[in-house]
Amino acid sequence: MSGGAMTPGTRVRRRPSRSWSWIGAGIVAIARGLVFFALMLAGAGPLLTLLLVLVLVVGALRSFSAHRLQGPSLTRIGMLPLLVIASSVLATRWLTGLTRRLAGRWCGTPVAAPYRPIPAAGADELDLSQRLERRLRWLATDPATWRDLLWLAVDACGGWILAAAPAGVIAYGLACVAVPATRFTIAPGSPLGSILVQGPAAIPLGIALVAAGLWSAPRLLRAYGWLVALMLAPARRATLTSQVRHLAQTRSESIDTGAAQMRRIERDLHDGAQARLVAMGMTLDAAGQLIDDNPAAARALLSEARESSARALAELRDLVRGIHPPVLADRGLTDAIRALALDSPVRAQLTAELPGRAPAPVESAAYFAVSELLANVSKHADAGQVWIDIRHGAGMLRISVSDDGRGGADTGRGSGLAGLERRLAAFDGVLALSSPPGGPTVVNMEIPCALSSPKTSSCSETA
Amino acid sequence: MRVVLAEDLFLLRDGLTRLLQAHGLEVAAAVDNGPDLLAAVATSRPDVAIVDVRLPPTFTDEGLRAALAARRELPGLPVLVLSQYVEQLYARELLADGTGGIGYLLKDRVLNGAEFIDAVRRVAAGGTAMDPEVVARLLTRNSGDGALAALSPREREVLGLMAEGRSNAAIAQQLVITERAVAKHTASIFLRLGLQQSDDDNRRVLAVLAHLGR
Repeated sequence: MSGGAMTPGTRVRRRPSRSWSWIGAGIVAIARGLVFFALMLAGAGPLLTLLLVLVLVVGALRSFSAHRLQGPSLTRIGMLPLLVIASSVLATRWLTGLTRRLAGRWCGTPVAAPYRPIPAAGADELDLSQRLERRLRWLATDPATWRDLLWLAVDACGGWILAAAPAGVIAYGLACVAVPATRFTIAPGSPLGSILVQGPAAIPLGIALVAAGLWSAPRLLRAYGWLVALMLAPARRATLTSQVRHLAQTRSESIDTGAAQMRRIERDLHDGAQARLVAMGMTLDAAGQLIDDNPAAARALLSEARESSARALAELRDLVRGIHPPVLADRGLTDAIRALALDSPVRAQLTAELPGRAPAPVESAAYFAVSELLANVSKHADAGQVWIDIRHGAGMLRISVSDDGRGGADTGRGSGLAGLERRLAAFDGVLALSSPPGGPTVVNMEIPCALSSPKTSSCSETA
Repeated sequence: MRVVLAEDLFLLRDGLTRLLQAHGLEVAAAVDNGPDLLAAVATSRPDVAIVDVRLPPTFTDEGLRAALAARRELPGLPVLVLSQYVEQLYARELLADGTGGIGYLLKDRVLNGAEFIDAVRRVAAGGTAMDPEVVARLLTRNSGDGALAALSPREREVLGLMAEGRSNAAIAQQLVITERAVAKHTASIFLRLGLQQSDDDNRRVLAVLAHLGR
């Protein structure tokens, strides 16, 4: 969530006419600050548990070595402390995850989760202790785990003051006002007497404190959000690591896709055009031998050869269309998709707003994606109309394909959508599918890219 | 009959020139790019221009754009566009001015010399020559159309040939039926598709193509 409108502080500035709204904003911010305070208290649980287990385990190891027993091993320490450690760390993650989400929603500082994905199970993994060991190693080697614990410590040692101080100030201010206002008498010797300001200054001071608390609450809450972002956002290194992981995966997938396509082309040429050319050569040879003795048969063979060449041409044409459609090279994405729409058996309506051309690989990926989606619509959707929308904004090529068919499409069920998703991922592109049973189906695709040449091509037509 | 030819591959240009000459057509100019085509058309005022879609310098749809430009300069200039592949999109653009004298064929059709020359003559005479593949795709696209689905197989055949731009006589010859039978089929097709029957072959073709492409 991109903060702005949700942040109480900005709301005050944005609507100065509502002169009392800062009080409401302050109250909201105080409530939110108290939620963060509660999270801090909850975080102390796993933190203290971990410290306790650590002390116990170190103590146990000391006594082992004092008794000259074998070195530390998981079986010797026992499963219980490990289970406790793992569950404490997971509880920590849950708490910090909640803190991140709330900071994003309430403080206007969205914080991404920095964790590494859990590694897949090894083939030789048999029993529970090995599984536990793998998970523990995953938790312990992730720097984010340690940063989470550090955050819990920092929050407990003083971070919470930013979130909860306004509430305290207001409570004190209210007490200052309440005591004289209700003629409450403080028992002599009570600690309240030494803390609270008394006398004529008490009421104005109390009101000022309440106002100061309300005024400062949204601001301090934002400061708390910055602190959360500072401590809990993915470290630069973690961000880079996750990017490298993503790149390695998409790279190997795109290499696989490329190799598979090359194999397909090779096979198509071998079984198709190449074979036909060989047959054609043989037919021509036979015609040459017959031409003097049996001109009629020779003529028949020649017309057969001609048909063979026409079929070879047709196959080559289909192959070229599958590699790089000529209309895409000629005209760019909008016209190429318009050509697709014209060929679609389902009525297609295209709206496009592309002020320039996307890089060729992106155009190609987008073209084949739309081609596949249209094929899906005509094969499965039982639709009467399909709408295609292409536009570019904020560095993203956005394409949406929707139909009024029966819905129920699923990226998982071998619909080709999963493959589409993978191919788009090579461009950091994403695909979102909404297809409830009964329809309609909407597929949205986004591919980050820049457009070249400021030539505008915009259209809206029914094909 | 005088022809201007634009084709960048020497072998094809040479082969086409010889094919045209062998059938008694005069090749007034044979050029290898778009700008030269415009110049040649302006100076030699041919009866028909035969143009390859892909021409230098861009090697994209230069030829198509040159052909459309030539028709703007010389309204009604018959143009036959050849291509390695056909797109309905390009067929639409060629037919957009609705005046006829348009051909759009796969290069493969050159292999059948007699039919190709027939198409050239038809276009030169102001008729239409639409590639069977374009027509097939138009028919596939309209397969959901109830009126079209109601046609008999024979009527669909006649409709296809009509959309290619052939005359009743040519359709009769191709399907080995009488011209009267063809006329009966066309009347029935026009009735079912709700189109205005016309004696003018060219207007008839354009009406059919417009109906299928709508």
